[in-house]
Amino acid sequence: MKDKHVKRVDLIFEKIECRDVLEKIIDMEPDAICQEILESDLKGRGGAGFPTGMKWRFGSQEESSIKYIVCNADEGEPGTFKDREILDQVPGKVFCGMAIAARAVGAKAGYVYLRGEYKFLIPKLNEELAKFHRTMDEFNQNFRIQVRLGSGAYICGEESALFESIEGKRGEPRNKPPYPTTSGLFGKPTIINNVETLVYTVMIMKYGASHFKELGTKDSRGSKVFSVSGDTPKAGIFELELGMSVNEFVEEFGDGDTKAVQVGGASGFCVPRKRFEETIIGFEGVPTGGSMKLFNSTRSMYNVLHNYLDFFTEESCGQCTPCRVGCQQLLKGVEAVKRGDKNSKYLDELVKLAKTMKRASKCGLGQSVGNAFGSIVENFKEEIIY
Amino acid sequence: MVSLSINGMLVKVPQGTTILDAAKKLNFRIPTLCQHDDLCVAGNCRVCVVEQLGGRSLLAACATPVSSGMQILTNSLKVRAARKHVIELLLSEHNADCTKCYKNGNCELQDLSNEFSVGDHLLLDLTETKEYTIDRFSPSIIKDDSKCIRCQRCVRTCEQLQGVNALTVAYKGEHQKISTFEELSMAEVICTNCGQCINRCPTGALVERTYLDEVWDAILDPEKHVVVQTAPAVRVGLGEELGFEPGERVTGKMVAALKRLGFDSVLDTDFSADLTIMEEGTELLTRLKRALVDKDPSVALPMTTSCSPGWIKFIEHTFPEYLPNVSTCKSPQQMFGALAKTYFAQVRKLDPKNIVSVSIMPCTAKKYEANRPEMRSSGYKDVDYVLTTRELAKMIKQAGVEFRKLKEDKYDSIMGKSTGAGVIFGATGGVMEAALRTAYEIITGREVPFEGLNITPVRGMEGVRLASIKIEECKEEWSFLNGVELKCAVAHGLVNARELMNRVKSGDLIVHFIEVMACPGGCLGGGGQPIPTNEKIRKKRTEAIYAEDMSMELRKSHENPEVIGIYKEFLGEPLSHKSHELLHTHYTERVRY
Repeated sequence: MKDKHVKRVDLIFEKIECRDVLEKIIDMEPDAICQEILESDLKGRGGAGFPTGMKWRFGSQEESSIKYIVCNADEGEPGTFKDREILDQVPGKVFCGMAIAARAVGAKAGYVYLRGEYKFLIPKLNEELAKFHRTMDEFNQNFRIQVRLGSGAYICGEESALFESIEGKRGEPRNKPPYPTTSGLFGKPTIINNVETLVYTVMIMKYGASHFKELGTKDSRGSKVFSVSGDTPKAGIFELELGMSVNEFVEEFGDGDTKAVQVGGASGFCVPRKRFEETIIGFEGVPTGGSMKLFNSTRSMYNVLHNYLDFFTEESCGQCTPCRVGCQQLLKGVEAVKRGDKNSKYLDELVKLAKTMKRASKCGLGQSVGNAFGSIVENFKEEIIY
Repeated sequence: MVSLSINGMLVKVPQGTTILDAAKKLNFRIPTLCQHDDLCVAGNCRVCVVEQLGGRSLLAACATPVSSGMQILTNSLKVRAARKHVIELLLSEHNADCTKCYKNGNCELQDLSNEFSVGDHLLLDLTETKEYTIDRFSPSIIKDDSKCIRCQRCVRTCEQLQGVNALTVAYKGEHQKISTFEELSMAEVICTNCGQCINRCPTGALVERTYLDEVWDAILDPEKHVVVQTAPAVRVGLGEELGFEPGERVTGKMVAALKRLGFDSVLDTDFSADLTIMEEGTELLTRLKRALVDKDPSVALPMTTSCSPGWIKFIEHTFPEYLPNVSTCKSPQQMFGALAKTYFAQVRKLDPKNIVSVSIMPCTAKKYEANRPEMRSSGYKDVDYVLTTRELAKMIKQAGVEFRKLKEDKYDSIMGKSTGAGVIFGATGGVMEAALRTAYEIITGREVPFEGLNITPVRGMEGVRLASIKIEECKEEWSFLNGVELKCAVAHGLVNARELMNRVKSGDLIVHFIEVMACPGGCLGGGGQPIPTNEKIRKKRTEAIYAEDMSMELRKSHENPEVIGIYKEFLGEPLSHKSHELLHTHYTERVRY
């Protein structure tokens, strides 16, 4: 029986000697690295949760003299701010994770795509990067990393839009397939991982997959860094073991009056109080890239929803129809219902539209607008209408 | 080969085939909007979504390659619901005032909304709260953002086919739109007015600026003598707008229709195409002589053609250092215009101020060209109005002329007689071929050494084509060309023109004569031609052009009796003082941002 409490973990921010890990992995066969990560069951920490080991193995199997490692540091999901802290506290570990990935797939170049608003981190990153490159030189490794800055578009956190942006083009998602491991940055096989994921690979290579697997559940191994915000006395960044229920989370972080938790930011799900007990935070329940927003009874869920829709209406790249126009229709639609211009049945039409957006949009952005919309409308219908 | 099932039927297709094409093989049409055969896949309109059994989301059929064992449904409940939503969403953002739209009846969005019976819109009308721009500044192209569905076909056309990038995507989310550099008007940006965007726009967001009312006013004004000229490519395209299959020639019916519309003189741009060959051919030989005999270092070679106004504007912006290389000859349209109000007026005893000169062109850039300030050498505007092939079809419909039933008629004279060489101006490589037919004969006294005068190496659909012709046993006055291998290059589509010019610039390619047509396939694929267009259709029109050439009694420009006549009676000789005054022009370096 698992201990029914929120368990703090200290892996991500643990100060370690990266060169020891580098020294270790340089002598390892690439496939052994992929195997170790596969065995750890580590899933991507950006939100989508794709098994990292599988991604690396796909990348390693590609025949190409040029491959890239990209660190997705375009942390833009509303309510998440953990990558900023990781990059600020342990940038060396991020680069180390990229070097492990590079060794695993045979890449010589890497990019850190940094959110535009995190520009202030650049001097620090460059300083740390110089150190990293010196270490690589000492080990006779030719893997090199560059930092590229985004310009503030949420969509550029989508991996293929991110590639377009690095390539100097307008940040718009590409059609898939081909997937990045086959054709990513500059059309070459590319491994793209979230900042946090890369740091976990370092810790897995340091302590072993089995150590990592001791934490978490069958579907959600290990721990995760959470960005806690909203109506909470303990806002901030917390690394916690995966597998807790929303209830356990609220007991730890709530203010005693929590009526809903938005798990996973604007593109995530809203969990109402009545589902706190049964909902697991993780891939078996509601996954999150880190954003945890608590709302107490003073908050209007109409305003919350309106805010998210406003965000998506602005941040859709505008390329595909369901997302560009769908977002506007959802936003204008809930406004019309609130005003009484449309009756409450119109919400049902909008729920159907949100389903189409989920099914027919080109990328994850449009596909996930329906998450917040559906879960808020379903659970707080009266707040939307009245 | 990959096996999959579509709507329960098995099909085998090569790896890499899209679901869209695999379905086509089984005779299932999946609706599309952003997809166009000439362009790379976008996958952004989402009209073509299909269901894969067991899949979480729907797939864009145009953008998804088949995989083995796939089970695709093209008309499931989920697909129907999504497709209808997508169409409704597009309509909610679209100024759907169809009856007032120029593209009414030839609009892919209209067809789809009709097919899916999108009647009462359930969704909110978003156009009410949005501000849209309608750009009417260009003499060639009207861009109406309220009709735009953001399929980006125009953006891809301008980038991939033309390499011009006048149109681009700006802003994001609800504000995303198709815009221009710094949101300048189409008249101010680097736009060649080629109209290829118009040809690929599924709705009425990009259309030609029409001059139909002005032309009707002139025709119906008894004081005016309205002269009309028809470009070579119009006769192989017009039929498509009037119920004929691509590739059906309608020359005689078109002439008959123009007479019924009330044009006072129905004449042929092919005449001035032949004249262009005389002027341009002579200009090329003169340049060669200056380079080879006089060793004049100032002579600009290679010489390029100047018939395509899209190409002219492109080179003015993009390679201004090569402007001395462009033939000083005006395009056939403008030569015709200058002569209509001088020579023609004189012979027909008309006051040029009462002549209204109209041209029917496969081209929207010709509208811009006719408005250039240097195109007034007759003392008047040489060509008053330029109509596209599509506009002519509209006139024919407006006048109630039953085109199909018309008896074929012949062009009026003078300036109505032409040769096969003039006709092939309408296809890429045609000007080159026509010039070679004449120049070779002038130099050697013999016909070009190609069977049936068909210079096949310069024909075809390759973006850039190279050919050479060895000159031997010259006439005495041309003996300096003995043994010279005349090297030619042909490009169509401005992206190919840019590649060719870059090769010339780098010194990688040395040629004497270059033909460039701005549009894919040459004029027959022009921006003023019937919509739709694709390579298959362009090939049909090309076949028609060469068939028309073969059907002509005369096939070499210098044998055109009216051309011989005009030199005798009016111009004197090619490159004469009078020719220079009326038939030649100069070019202007333009901004390059």
